Amino acid sequence: MAPIAAPDMITPGIEDVVANAKLQGNAGTGDHTMVLNMGPQHPSTHGVLRLVLEIDGEAIVALAPDIGYLHTGIEKTCEAKFYSQVIPLTDRIDYLCPMTNNLAYCLAVEKLLELEIPERAQILRVLLNELTRIQSHLVWLGTHAMDIGALTMFLYCWREREEILRIYEAVSGQRMMTSYFRIGGLALEPPIGFFESVQHLLDIMPGRIDQYEGLLTGNPIWIGRLQGVGTLSAADAVALGVTGPPLRASGVDWDLRRDMPYSSYEKFKFAVPTSTVGDVWARYTVRLLEMRESVKICQQAMDMLKNLPATGHIHADAPKVVLPDREQMKTQMESLIHHFKIVTEGFAVPAGEVYQAVESPRGEMGYYVVSDGTAKPYRVHMRNPSFATLQALETMCKGRLLADVVAVIGSIDIVLGEIDR
Amino acid sequence: MAAPMPALLGKSAVFEAMPDNAAVKALADLATDAKFDRNELTITVARESVVAACQTVKTAGYNFFEDLTAVDWYPQEPRIQLSYHIVSHSLKERVRLAVRLDSADLAIDSITPVWPSANFYEREVFDLFGVTFHGHPRLTRIMMPENWEGHPLRKDYPVEGYR
Repeated sequence: MAPIAAPDMITPGIEDVVANAKLQGNAGTGDHTMVLNMGPQHPSTHGVLRLVLEIDGEAIVALAPDIGYLHTGIEKTCEAKFYSQVIPLTDRIDYLCPMTNNLAYCLAVEKLLELEIPERAQILRVLLNELTRIQSHLVWLGTHAMDIGALTMFLYCWREREEILRIYEAVSGQRMMTSYFRIGGLALEPPIGFFESVQHLLDIMPGRIDQYEGLLTGNPIWIGRLQGVGTLSAADAVALGVTGPPLRASGVDWDLRRDMPYSSYEKFKFAVPTSTVGDVWARYTVRLLEMRESVKICQQAMDMLKNLPATGHIHADAPKVVLPDREQMKTQMESLIHHFKIVTEGFAVPAGEVYQAVESPRGEMGYYVVSDGTAKPYRVHMRNPSFATLQALETMCKGRLLADVVAVIGSIDIVLGEIDR
Repeated sequence: MAAPMPALLGKSAVFEAMPDNAAVKALADLATDAKFDRNELTITVARESVVAACQTVKTAGYNFFEDLTAVDWYPQEPRIQLSYHIVSHSLKERVRLAVRLDSADLAIDSITPVWPSANFYEREVFDLFGVTFHGHPRLTRIMMPENWEGHPLRKDYPVEGYR
Protein backbone atom coordinates (compact mmCIF):
# COMPACT_ATOMS: atom_id res chain seq x y z
CA MET A 1 0.00 0.00 0.00
CA ALA A 2 1.42 3.37 -0.97
CA PRO A 3 1.83 5.72 1.98
CA ILE A 4 -0.35 8.79 2.30
CA ALA A 5 1.51 12.00 1.53
CA ALA A 6 0.97 13.35 5.03
CA PRO A 7 2.94 12.07 8.04
CA ASP A 8 1.41 9.14 9.84
CA MET A 9 -0.25 10.99 12.70
CA ILE A 10 -1.84 13.69 10.59
CA THR A 11 -5.41 13.12 9.50
CA PRO A 12 -5.35 13.26 5.69
CA GLY A 13 -7.60 15.37 3.51
CA ILE A 14 -10.36 13.86 1.38
CA GLU A 15 -8.32 14.41 -1.79
CA ASP A 16 -5.41 12.43 -0.32
CA VAL A 17 -7.65 9.49 0.45
CA VAL A 18 -9.28 9.50 -2.97
CA ALA A 19 -5.98 9.97 -4.81
CA ASN A 20 -4.35 7.15 -2.90
CA ALA A 21 -7.27 4.81 -3.59
CA LYS A 22 -7.16 5.66 -7.30
CA LEU A 23 -3.48 4.87 -7.33
CA GLN A 24 -4.10 1.52 -5.66
CA GLY A 25 -7.04 0.74 -7.92
CA ASN A 26 -5.11 1.35 -11.11
CA ALA A 27 -1.88 -0.27 -10.02
CA GLY A 28 -3.09 -3.74 -10.87
CA THR A 29 -1.20 -5.30 -8.00
CA GLY A 30 -4.20 -7.20 -6.76
CA ASP A 31 -4.13 -4.96 -3.74
CA HIS A 32 -7.18 -2.96 -4.75
CA THR A 33 -8.73 -0.52 -2.35
CA MET A 34 -11.96 1.40 -2.71
CA VAL A 35 -13.39 4.63 -1.39
CA LEU A 36 -16.52 4.53 0.70
CA ASN A 37 -18.52 7.55 1.70
CA MET A 38 -20.11 7.42 5.16
CA GLY A 39 -22.53 10.16 6.12
CA PRO A 40 -23.25 13.02 6.42
CA GLN A 41 -26.70 11.52 7.01
CA HIS A 42 -25.86 8.36 8.89
CA PRO A 43 -27.37 7.32 12.23
CA SER A 44 -24.06 6.30 13.77
CA THR A 45 -22.24 9.57 13.05
CA HIS A 46 -24.25 11.34 15.77
CA GLY A 47 -25.07 14.32 13.64
CA VAL A 48 -23.79 15.39 10.28
CA LEU A 49 -20.28 14.02 10.16
CA ARG A 50 -19.09 12.79 6.79
CA LEU A 51 -16.26 10.32 6.62
CA VAL A 52 -14.42 9.39 3.46
CA LEU A 53 -12.92 5.95 4.00
CA GLU A 54 -10.43 4.07 1.94
CA ILE A 55 -11.00 0.38 2.54
CA ASP A 56 -9.13 -2.73 1.60
CA GLY A 57 -11.79 -5.40 1.82
CA GLU A 58 -13.29 -4.44 5.15
CA ALA A 59 -10.14 -2.99 6.70
CA ILE A 60 -9.63 0.76 6.98
CA VAL A 61 -6.59 2.04 5.10
CA ALA A 62 -7.22 5.76 5.49
CA LEU A 63 -9.97 7.95 6.79
CA ALA A 64 -10.73 11.64 6.29
CA PRO A 65 -13.47 13.46 8.18
CA ASP A 66 -15.38 16.18 6.38
CA ILE A 67 -16.95 18.68 8.76
CA GLY A 68 -18.63 22.05 8.52
CA TYR A 69 -22.19 20.95 7.74
CA LEU A 70 -23.42 22.61 10.94
CA HIS A 71 -21.23 25.69 10.70
CA THR A 72 -23.43 28.60 11.68
CA GLY A 73 -20.77 31.21 12.40
CA ILE A 74 -21.51 31.47 16.11
CA GLU A 75 -18.11 33.09 16.74
CA LYS A 76 -18.93 35.83 14.23
CA THR A 77 -22.43 36.30 15.66
CA CYS A 78 -20.97 36.77 19.16
CA GLU A 79 -19.08 39.85 17.95
CA ALA A 80 -22.38 41.57 17.15
CA LYS A 81 -24.05 40.88 20.52
CA PHE A 82 -23.76 42.36 23.99
CA TYR A 83 -21.83 40.21 26.44
CA SER A 84 -25.01 38.96 28.11
CA GLN A 85 -26.68 38.17 24.78
CA VAL A 86 -23.94 35.67 23.95
CA ILE A 87 -25.09 33.23 26.68
CA PRO A 88 -28.01 31.76 24.65
CA LEU A 89 -25.61 31.19 21.75
CA THR A 90 -23.26 29.16 23.93
CA ASP A 91 -26.02 26.63 24.72
CA ARG A 92 -26.34 25.83 21.07
CA ILE A 93 -22.69 24.91 20.56
CA ASP A 94 -22.75 21.70 22.53
CA TYR A 95 -26.43 20.99 22.93
CA LEU A 96 -25.83 18.04 25.26
CA CYS A 97 -24.13 20.09 27.95
CA PRO A 98 -25.66 23.58 27.88
CA MET A 99 -24.77 24.36 31.50
CA THR A 100 -21.07 23.61 30.93
CA ASN A 101 -20.98 26.01 27.99
CA ASN A 102 -22.75 28.68 30.00
CA LEU A 103 -20.29 28.21 32.83
CA ALA A 104 -17.17 28.42 30.66
CA TYR A 105 -18.34 31.60 28.97
CA CYS A 106 -19.52 33.26 32.19
CA LEU A 107 -16.27 32.41 33.96
CA ALA A 108 -14.26 33.93 31.11
CA VAL A 109 -16.21 37.20 31.16
CA GLU A 110 -16.15 37.27 34.96
CA LYS A 111 -12.38 36.94 34.77
CA LEU A 112 -12.26 39.94 32.45
CA LEU A 113 -14.49 41.91 34.82
CA GLU A 114 -12.66 40.55 37.89
CA LEU A 115 -15.97 39.77 39.60
CA GLU A 116 -16.26 37.90 42.87
CA ILE A 117 -19.00 35.22 42.70
CA PRO A 118 -20.80 34.30 45.94
CA GLU A 119 -20.18 30.82 47.28
CA ARG A 120 -23.80 29.74 46.99
CA ALA A 121 -23.87 30.56 43.27
CA GLN A 122 -20.57 28.77 42.71
CA ILE A 123 -21.79 25.60 44.39
CA LEU A 124 -25.12 25.69 42.56
CA ARG A 125 -23.13 25.98 39.35
CA VAL A 126 -21.08 22.92 40.27
CA LEU A 127 -24.24 20.98 41.14
CA LEU A 128 -25.87 21.81 37.81
CA ASN A 129 -22.67 21.08 35.94
CA GLU A 130 -22.38 17.63 37.41
CA LEU A 131 -26.03 16.92 36.62
CA THR A 132 -25.19 17.99 33.09
CA ARG A 133 -22.29 15.56 33.03
CA ILE A 134 -24.56 12.70 34.09
CA GLN A 135 -27.14 13.74 31.52
CA SER A 136 -24.58 13.97 28.73
CA HIS A 137 -23.03 10.63 29.62
CA LEU A 138 -26.51 9.08 29.58
CA VAL A 139 -27.00 10.27 26.01
CA TRP A 140 -23.56 8.92 25.14
CA LEU A 141 -24.27 5.53 26.73
CA GLY A 142 -27.71 5.19 25.15
CA THR A 143 -26.60 6.09 21.64
CA HIS A 144 -23.29 4.23 21.85
CA ALA A 145 -25.06 1.05 22.95
CA MET A 146 -27.68 1.52 20.26
CA ASP A 147 -24.94 1.82 17.62
CA ILE A 148 -23.53 -1.49 18.78
CA GLY A 149 -26.98 -3.05 18.71
CA ALA A 150 -28.12 -2.95 22.35
CA LEU A 151 -31.37 -1.12 21.65
CA THR A 152 -32.84 -1.47 25.13
CA MET A 153 -30.11 0.62 26.74
CA PHE A 154 -31.30 3.67 24.88
CA LEU A 155 -34.69 3.54 26.59
CA TYR A 156 -33.23 3.02 30.06
CA CYS A 157 -30.84 5.93 29.62
CA TRP A 158 -33.59 8.20 28.35
CA ARG A 159 -35.67 7.36 31.43
CA GLU A 160 -33.07 8.91 33.76
CA ARG A 161 -32.21 11.69 31.34
CA GLU A 162 -35.85 12.71 31.41
CA GLU A 163 -35.59 13.27 35.17
CA ILE A 164 -32.62 15.58 34.68
CA LEU A 165 -34.36 17.44 31.87
CA ARG A 166 -37.32 17.98 34.21
CA ILE A 167 -34.93 19.49 36.75
CA TYR A 168 -33.54 21.72 33.98
CA GLU A 169 -37.04 22.79 33.07
CA ALA A 170 -37.95 23.56 36.66
CA VAL A 171 -34.85 25.63 37.19
CA SER A 172 -34.61 27.50 33.91
CA GLY A 173 -37.87 27.01 32.02
CA GLN A 174 -36.11 25.11 29.26
CA ARG A 175 -35.37 21.42 28.83
CA MET A 176 -32.30 21.78 26.65
CA MET A 177 -31.20 25.33 25.87
CA THR A 178 -31.17 26.39 29.48
CA SER A 179 -29.22 29.71 29.44
CA TYR A 180 -29.58 29.67 33.21
CA PHE A 181 -26.19 31.07 34.18
CA ARG A 182 -25.59 34.81 34.05
CA ILE A 183 -22.44 36.88 34.06
CA GLY A 184 -22.06 37.44 37.79
CA GLY A 185 -24.15 34.52 39.04
CA LEU A 186 -27.39 32.75 38.18
CA ALA A 187 -30.60 33.95 36.58
CA LEU A 188 -32.95 33.06 39.44
CA GLU A 189 -33.12 31.36 42.78
CA PRO A 190 -33.84 27.61 42.23
CA PRO A 191 -37.60 26.94 42.51
CA ILE A 192 -39.48 25.25 45.35
CA GLY A 193 -39.04 21.49 45.16
CA PHE A 194 -35.73 21.74 43.27
CA PHE A 195 -33.59 20.23 46.01
CA GLU A 196 -36.08 17.42 46.64
CA SER A 197 -36.10 16.39 42.98
CA VAL A 198 -32.30 16.50 42.78
CA GLN A 199 -32.07 14.42 45.96
CA HIS A 200 -34.51 11.88 44.51
CA LEU A 201 -32.35 11.58 41.40
CA LEU A 202 -29.15 11.20 43.43
CA ASP A 203 -30.81 8.46 45.49
CA ILE A 204 -31.87 6.36 42.51
CA MET A 205 -28.89 7.01 40.24
CA PRO A 206 -26.28 4.60 41.71
CA GLY A 207 -28.79 1.74 41.43
CA ARG A 208 -29.60 2.72 37.85
CA ILE A 209 -25.90 2.73 36.91
CA ASP A 210 -25.73 -0.80 38.39
CA GLN A 211 -28.60 -1.71 36.06
CA TYR A 212 -26.70 -0.42 33.01
CA GLU A 213 -23.65 -2.34 34.07
CA GLY A 214 -25.77 -5.43 34.59
CA LEU A 215 -27.02 -5.16 31.04
CA LEU A 216 -23.73 -4.39 29.36
CA THR A 217 -20.56 -5.13 31.32
CA GLY A 218 -20.81 -8.91 31.26
CA ASN A 219 -22.46 -9.17 27.87
CA PRO A 220 -20.24 -11.20 25.49
CA ILE A 221 -21.35 -9.24 22.40
CA TRP A 222 -20.64 -5.93 24.13
CA ILE A 223 -17.22 -7.19 25.27
CA GLY A 224 -16.41 -8.52 21.82
CA ARG A 225 -17.29 -5.28 20.09
CA LEU A 226 -15.47 -3.02 22.58
CA GLN A 227 -12.38 -4.71 23.94
CA GLY A 228 -9.20 -4.14 21.95
CA VAL A 229 -10.97 -1.85 19.49
CA GLY A 230 -9.74 1.66 18.65
CA THR A 231 -6.68 1.62 20.86
CA LEU A 232 -4.96 4.95 21.44
CA SER A 233 -1.69 5.23 23.30
CA ALA A 234 -1.07 7.96 25.88
CA ALA A 235 1.61 9.61 23.73
CA ASP A 236 -0.65 9.66 20.67
CA ALA A 237 -3.56 11.02 22.70
CA VAL A 238 -1.46 13.94 23.94
CA ALA A 239 0.06 14.59 20.51
CA LEU A 240 -3.36 14.62 18.85
CA GLY A 241 -5.02 16.95 21.34
CA VAL A 242 -7.40 14.40 22.88
CA THR A 243 -8.97 15.53 26.15
CA GLY A 244 -11.53 14.30 28.65
CA PRO A 245 -12.55 10.65 29.13
CA PRO A 246 -10.69 9.38 26.01
CA LEU A 247 -7.45 10.94 27.34
CA ARG A 248 -7.94 9.46 30.80
CA ALA A 249 -8.83 6.08 29.28
CA SER A 250 -5.44 6.19 27.54
CA GLY A 251 -3.67 6.59 30.87
CA VAL A 252 -3.11 10.34 31.19
CA ASP A 253 -4.30 11.44 34.60
CA TRP A 254 -5.52 14.94 33.76
CA ASP A 255 -8.81 16.50 34.82
CA LEU A 256 -9.25 20.27 34.82
CA ARG A 257 -11.72 20.08 37.72
CA ARG A 258 -8.97 18.76 39.95
CA ASP A 259 -5.81 20.12 38.31
CA MET A 260 -6.85 23.67 37.44
CA PRO A 261 -9.97 24.11 39.58
CA TYR A 262 -12.63 26.70 38.78
CA SER A 263 -15.93 27.65 40.38
CA SER A 264 -14.91 26.18 43.77
CA TYR A 265 -14.21 22.63 42.54
CA GLU A 266 -11.24 22.65 44.92
CA LYS A 267 -13.73 22.22 47.80
CA PHE A 268 -14.98 18.88 46.50
CA LYS A 269 -13.52 15.45 47.02
CA PHE A 270 -13.75 13.13 44.06
CA ALA A 271 -11.70 10.52 42.28
CA VAL A 272 -10.57 10.87 38.67
CA PRO A 273 -11.07 7.47 37.03
CA THR A 274 -8.35 6.43 34.60
CA SER A 275 -7.38 3.35 32.64
CA THR A 276 -4.22 2.43 30.82
CA VAL A 277 -5.69 0.26 28.08
CA GLY A 278 -6.89 3.06 25.81
CA ASP A 279 -9.50 1.08 23.87
CA VAL A 280 -13.24 1.62 23.47
CA TRP A 281 -13.88 -0.56 26.50
CA ALA A 282 -11.61 1.62 28.66
CA ARG A 283 -13.55 4.70 27.60
CA TYR A 284 -16.77 2.94 28.54
CA THR A 285 -15.56 2.01 32.02
CA VAL A 286 -14.04 5.47 32.63
CA ARG A 287 -17.29 7.20 31.75
CA LEU A 288 -19.40 4.91 33.92
CA LEU A 289 -17.09 5.55 36.87
CA GLU A 290 -17.24 9.26 36.13
CA MET A 291 -21.02 9.17 36.41
CA ARG A 292 -20.69 7.57 39.85
CA GLU A 293 -18.20 10.29 40.88
CA SER A 294 -20.54 12.98 39.59
CA VAL A 295 -23.31 11.64 41.82
CA LYS A 296 -20.92 11.98 44.78
CA ILE A 297 -20.00 15.55 43.82
CA CYS A 298 -23.69 16.45 43.53
CA GLN A 299 -24.33 14.99 46.98
CA GLN A 300 -21.47 17.03 48.46
CA ALA A 301 -22.85 20.14 46.77
CA MET A 302 -26.30 19.44 48.24
CA ASP A 303 -24.79 19.08 51.71
CA MET A 304 -22.80 22.31 51.33
CA LEU A 305 -25.89 24.20 50.19
CA LYS A 306 -27.79 23.05 53.28
CA ASN A 307 -25.20 24.77 55.45
CA LEU A 308 -25.42 28.08 53.58
CA PRO A 309 -28.17 30.71 54.03
CA ALA A 310 -31.08 29.61 51.84
CA THR A 311 -31.91 32.91 50.24
CA GLY A 312 -30.11 35.53 48.21
CA HIS A 313 -26.46 35.46 47.34
CA ILE A 314 -26.74 34.11 43.83
CA HIS A 315 -25.35 37.28 42.24
CA ALA A 316 -22.09 39.14 42.46
CA ASP A 317 -22.32 42.55 44.03
CA ALA A 318 -22.00 44.45 40.76
CA PRO A 319 -25.11 46.54 40.02
CA LYS A 320 -23.75 47.72 36.67
CA VAL A 321 -23.35 44.16 35.40
CA VAL A 322 -26.03 42.05 37.09
CA LEU A 323 -29.69 42.85 36.41
CA PRO A 324 -31.42 44.00 39.61
CA ASP A 325 -34.12 42.11 41.40
CA ARG A 326 -37.65 42.83 40.06
CA GLU A 327 -38.79 44.10 43.44
CA GLN A 328 -35.85 46.49 43.74
CA MET A 329 -36.24 47.68 40.18
CA LYS A 330 -39.84 48.71 40.83
CA THR A 331 -39.14 50.55 44.04
CA GLN A 332 -35.68 52.08 43.64
CA MET A 333 -34.82 54.69 41.07
CA GLU A 334 -31.15 53.72 40.92
CA SER A 335 -31.92 50.07 40.21
CA LEU A 336 -34.32 51.10 37.46
CA ILE A 337 -31.56 53.16 35.84
CA HIS A 338 -29.11 50.25 36.05
CA HIS A 339 -31.70 47.90 34.58
CA PHE A 340 -32.41 50.28 31.72
CA LYS A 341 -28.75 50.78 30.94
CA ILE A 342 -27.81 47.08 31.07
CA VAL A 343 -30.69 46.14 28.78
CA THR A 344 -30.32 48.94 26.24
CA GLU A 345 -26.58 49.48 26.02
CA GLY A 346 -25.00 46.51 27.80
CA PHE A 347 -22.03 46.97 30.09
CA ALA A 348 -18.47 47.83 29.14
CA VAL A 349 -15.85 45.18 29.87
CA PRO A 350 -12.26 46.31 30.47
CA ALA A 351 -9.92 45.59 27.59
CA GLY A 352 -7.92 42.39 27.77
CA GLU A 353 -7.89 38.76 26.73
CA VAL A 354 -8.64 35.66 28.80
CA TYR A 355 -8.80 31.93 28.20
CA GLN A 356 -10.98 29.92 30.55
CA ALA A 357 -11.08 26.15 30.26
CA VAL A 358 -13.53 23.84 32.01
CA GLU A 359 -13.88 20.07 31.99
CA SER A 360 -16.96 19.35 29.87
CA PRO A 361 -18.33 15.79 29.61
CA ARG A 362 -16.30 15.45 26.41
CA GLY A 363 -13.08 17.06 27.55
CA GLU A 364 -11.53 20.48 27.69
CA MET A 365 -13.91 23.23 26.69
CA GLY A 366 -12.15 26.57 26.58
CA TYR A 367 -13.46 30.04 25.89
CA TYR A 368 -11.06 32.66 24.60
CA VAL A 369 -12.66 36.08 25.00
CA VAL A 370 -10.98 39.28 23.82
CA SER A 371 -12.39 42.63 24.87
CA ASP A 372 -11.53 46.02 23.42
CA GLY A 373 -13.26 47.88 26.26
CA THR A 374 -16.72 48.16 24.69
CA ALA A 375 -20.02 46.43 25.51
CA LYS A 376 -19.63 43.81 22.79
CA PRO A 377 -16.93 41.13 22.75
CA TYR A 378 -14.22 41.84 20.19
CA ARG A 379 -13.63 38.14 19.66
CA VAL A 380 -15.03 34.96 21.19
CA HIS A 381 -13.42 31.67 20.32
CA MET A 382 -14.42 28.27 21.63
CA ARG A 383 -11.93 25.47 21.99
CA ASN A 384 -14.09 22.41 21.72
CA PRO A 385 -13.11 18.92 22.79
CA SER A 386 -14.72 16.95 19.94
CA PHE A 387 -12.97 19.07 17.31
CA ALA A 388 -9.56 18.04 18.59
CA THR A 389 -10.55 14.45 19.41
CA LEU A 390 -11.78 13.96 15.84
CA GLN A 391 -8.14 14.26 14.73
CA ALA A 392 -7.40 11.03 16.56
CA LEU A 393 -10.13 9.09 14.75
CA GLU A 394 -7.84 7.98 11.94
CA THR A 395 -5.15 6.73 14.31
CA MET A 396 -7.77 4.76 16.26
CA CYS A 397 -9.48 3.24 13.22
CA LYS A 398 -6.55 2.41 10.93
CA GLY A 399 -6.27 -1.28 10.21
CA ARG A 400 -9.55 -2.07 11.98
CA LEU A 401 -12.80 -3.21 10.40
CA LEU A 402 -15.43 -0.88 9.04
CA ALA A 403 -17.87 -1.88 11.79
CA ASP A 404 -15.33 -0.75 14.40
CA VAL A 405 -15.49 2.81 13.08
CA VAL A 406 -19.03 2.97 14.44
CA ALA A 407 -17.88 1.77 17.85
CA VAL A 408 -14.98 4.26 17.91
CA ILE A 409 -17.13 7.24 16.93
CA GLY A 410 -19.53 6.28 19.71
CA SER A 411 -16.69 5.99 22.19
CA ILE A 412 -15.33 9.51 21.60
CA ASP A 413 -18.84 10.88 22.21
CA ILE A 414 -18.85 13.27 19.32
CA VAL A 415 -21.14 16.30 19.12
CA LEU A 416 -21.11 17.95 15.73
CA GLY A 417 -22.62 21.18 16.97
CA GLU A 418 -19.48 22.00 18.90
CA ILE A 419 -17.14 20.89 16.12
CA ASP A 420 -18.71 23.11 13.50
CA ARG A 421 -19.97 25.93 15.74
CA MET B 1 -11.67 33.55 43.15
CA ALA B 2 -8.31 34.62 44.51
CA ALA B 3 -7.43 38.30 44.26
CA PRO B 4 -5.55 38.61 40.97
CA MET B 5 -2.04 39.99 40.81
CA PRO B 6 -1.77 43.45 39.26
CA ALA B 7 -1.13 43.36 35.52
CA LEU B 8 2.46 43.40 34.36
CA LEU B 9 3.10 44.87 30.94
CA GLY B 10 6.27 44.65 28.90
CA LYS B 11 8.97 42.03 28.60
CA SER B 12 11.28 43.41 31.28
CA ALA B 13 8.48 43.82 33.87
CA VAL B 14 7.22 40.24 33.42
CA PHE B 15 10.66 38.67 33.19
CA GLU B 16 11.83 40.43 36.35
CA ALA B 17 8.70 39.64 38.35
CA MET B 18 8.43 35.95 37.39
CA PRO B 19 11.97 34.62 36.96
CA ASP B 20 10.95 31.14 38.16
CA ASN B 21 8.21 30.58 35.60
CA ALA B 22 9.21 27.75 33.24
CA ALA B 23 7.96 29.49 30.10
CA VAL B 24 9.65 32.77 31.05
CA LYS B 25 12.92 30.95 31.63
CA ALA B 26 12.71 29.04 28.37
CA LEU B 27 11.76 31.96 26.17
CA ALA B 28 14.24 34.54 27.48
CA ASP B 29 15.87 34.88 24.06
CA LEU B 30 12.87 34.42 21.79
CA ALA B 31 10.34 36.71 23.48
CA THR B 32 9.82 40.16 22.00
CA ASP B 33 7.10 41.26 24.40
CA ALA B 34 5.26 39.84 27.39
CA LYS B 35 2.19 40.46 29.47
CA PHE B 36 0.86 39.06 32.73
CA ASP B 37 -2.75 40.06 33.04
CA ARG B 38 -5.61 38.50 35.06
CA ASN B 39 -3.31 35.67 36.12
CA GLU B 40 -2.59 34.73 32.50
CA LEU B 41 0.83 34.85 30.93
CA THR B 42 1.16 36.00 27.32
CA ILE B 43 4.51 35.94 25.56
CA THR B 44 4.85 37.52 22.14
CA VAL B 45 7.35 36.03 19.74
CA ALA B 46 8.46 37.02 16.26
CA ARG B 47 6.85 35.34 13.28
CA GLU B 48 10.07 33.60 12.24
CA SER B 49 10.62 32.01 15.63
CA VAL B 50 7.19 30.48 16.26
CA VAL B 51 8.25 26.88 15.63
CA ALA B 52 11.40 27.36 17.71
CA ALA B 53 9.34 28.91 20.52
CA CYS B 54 6.85 26.02 20.48
CA GLN B 55 9.68 23.50 20.53
CA THR B 56 11.32 25.37 23.41
CA VAL B 57 8.21 25.52 25.61
CA LYS B 58 7.49 21.88 24.79
CA THR B 59 10.94 20.96 26.07
CA ALA B 60 10.31 23.13 29.14
CA GLY B 61 7.33 20.95 30.10
CA TYR B 62 4.40 22.56 28.32
CA ASN B 63 3.43 19.30 26.69
CA PHE B 64 -0.16 19.81 25.55
CA PHE B 65 -1.28 22.05 22.70
CA GLU B 66 -4.79 23.26 23.50
CA ASP B 67 -5.85 25.88 21.07
CA LEU B 68 -4.88 28.13 18.21
CA THR B 69 -6.98 30.99 17.01
CA ALA B 70 -6.65 34.44 15.55
CA VAL B 71 -7.87 37.94 16.35
CA ASP B 72 -8.29 40.48 13.58
CA TRP B 73 -7.26 43.97 14.74
CA TYR B 74 -8.30 45.65 11.46
CA PRO B 75 -7.57 48.46 10.60
CA GLN B 76 -4.54 48.41 12.92
CA GLU B 77 -1.23 47.00 11.75
CA PRO B 78 0.09 44.38 12.38
CA ARG B 79 -3.37 43.17 11.64
CA ILE B 80 -3.76 39.52 12.65
CA GLN B 81 -2.83 38.22 16.09
CA LEU B 82 -2.38 34.48 16.42
CA SER B 83 -2.88 33.09 19.94
CA TYR B 84 -1.45 29.67 20.77
CA HIS B 85 -2.61 28.22 24.10
CA ILE B 86 -0.34 25.58 25.56
CA VAL B 87 -0.76 23.85 28.90
CA SER B 88 1.61 21.82 30.99
CA HIS B 89 0.22 18.67 32.60
CA SER B 90 3.10 18.48 35.08
CA LEU B 91 3.33 22.18 36.05
CA LYS B 92 -0.44 22.76 35.84
CA GLU B 93 0.22 26.06 34.14
CA ARG B 94 -0.81 27.59 30.87
CA VAL B 95 1.07 29.92 28.55
CA ARG B 96 -0.24 31.92 25.62
CA LEU B 97 2.13 32.56 22.73
CA ALA B 98 1.10 35.50 20.59
CA VAL B 99 2.33 36.37 17.12
CA ARG B 100 1.35 39.46 15.13
CA LEU B 101 1.19 39.34 11.34
CA ASP B 102 1.13 42.25 8.89
CA SER B 103 -1.68 42.21 6.37
CA ALA B 104 0.87 42.49 3.56
CA ASP B 105 2.10 38.95 4.22
CA LEU B 106 -0.32 36.78 6.17
CA ALA B 107 1.82 33.68 6.42
CA ILE B 108 3.60 31.76 9.16
CA ASP B 109 5.29 28.41 9.61
CA SER B 110 3.09 25.49 10.61
CA ILE B 111 3.64 23.98 14.06
CA THR B 112 2.27 20.56 13.05
CA PRO B 113 5.80 19.07 13.23
CA VAL B 114 5.81 19.94 16.95
CA TRP B 115 2.16 19.11 17.73
CA PRO B 116 0.15 17.15 15.13
CA SER B 117 -2.97 18.37 16.95
CA ALA B 118 -2.46 21.82 15.41
CA ASN B 119 -3.60 20.35 12.08
CA PHE B 120 -7.32 21.20 12.27
CA TYR B 121 -6.70 24.45 14.13
CA GLU B 122 -4.40 25.79 11.42
CA ARG B 123 -6.90 24.76 8.78
CA GLU B 124 -9.60 26.64 10.68
CA VAL B 125 -7.52 29.83 10.92
CA PHE B 126 -6.64 29.50 7.22
CA ASP B 127 -10.31 29.09 6.37
CA LEU B 128 -11.80 31.83 8.53
CA PHE B 129 -8.94 34.40 8.57
CA GLY B 130 -6.92 33.65 5.44
CA VAL B 131 -3.57 33.03 7.13
CA THR B 132 -1.27 30.66 5.23
CA PHE B 133 0.69 28.07 7.21
CA HIS B 134 3.89 26.99 5.47
CA GLY B 135 4.65 23.31 5.82
CA HIS B 136 1.12 22.26 6.74
CA PRO B 137 0.43 18.79 5.29
CA ARG B 138 -2.89 19.74 3.72
CA LEU B 139 -4.06 23.29 4.07
CA THR B 140 -7.66 23.33 2.82
CA ARG B 141 -10.84 24.96 4.06
CA ILE B 142 -12.44 23.09 6.92
CA MET B 143 -15.68 24.88 7.87
CA MET B 144 -16.69 26.73 4.71
CA PRO B 145 -17.26 25.11 1.29
CA GLU B 146 -14.20 24.77 -0.92
CA ASN B 147 -15.41 27.42 -3.38
CA TRP B 148 -16.25 30.05 -0.75
CA GLU B 149 -14.97 33.56 -1.31
CA GLY B 150 -13.59 35.58 1.58
CA HIS B 151 -12.71 34.80 5.17
CA PRO B 152 -15.77 35.20 7.43
CA LEU B 153 -14.10 36.01 10.73
CA ARG B 154 -12.20 39.01 9.41
CA LYS B 155 -13.54 42.29 10.72
CA ASP B 156 -14.13 43.71 7.23
CA TYR B 157 -16.42 40.78 6.39
CA PRO B 158 -20.06 41.72 7.12
CA VAL B 159 -21.91 39.71 9.78
CA GLU B 160 -24.68 38.80 7.35
CA GLY B 161 -22.18 37.87 4.61
CA TYR B 162 -21.83 39.58 1.23
CA ARG B 163 -25.16 40.12 -0.53
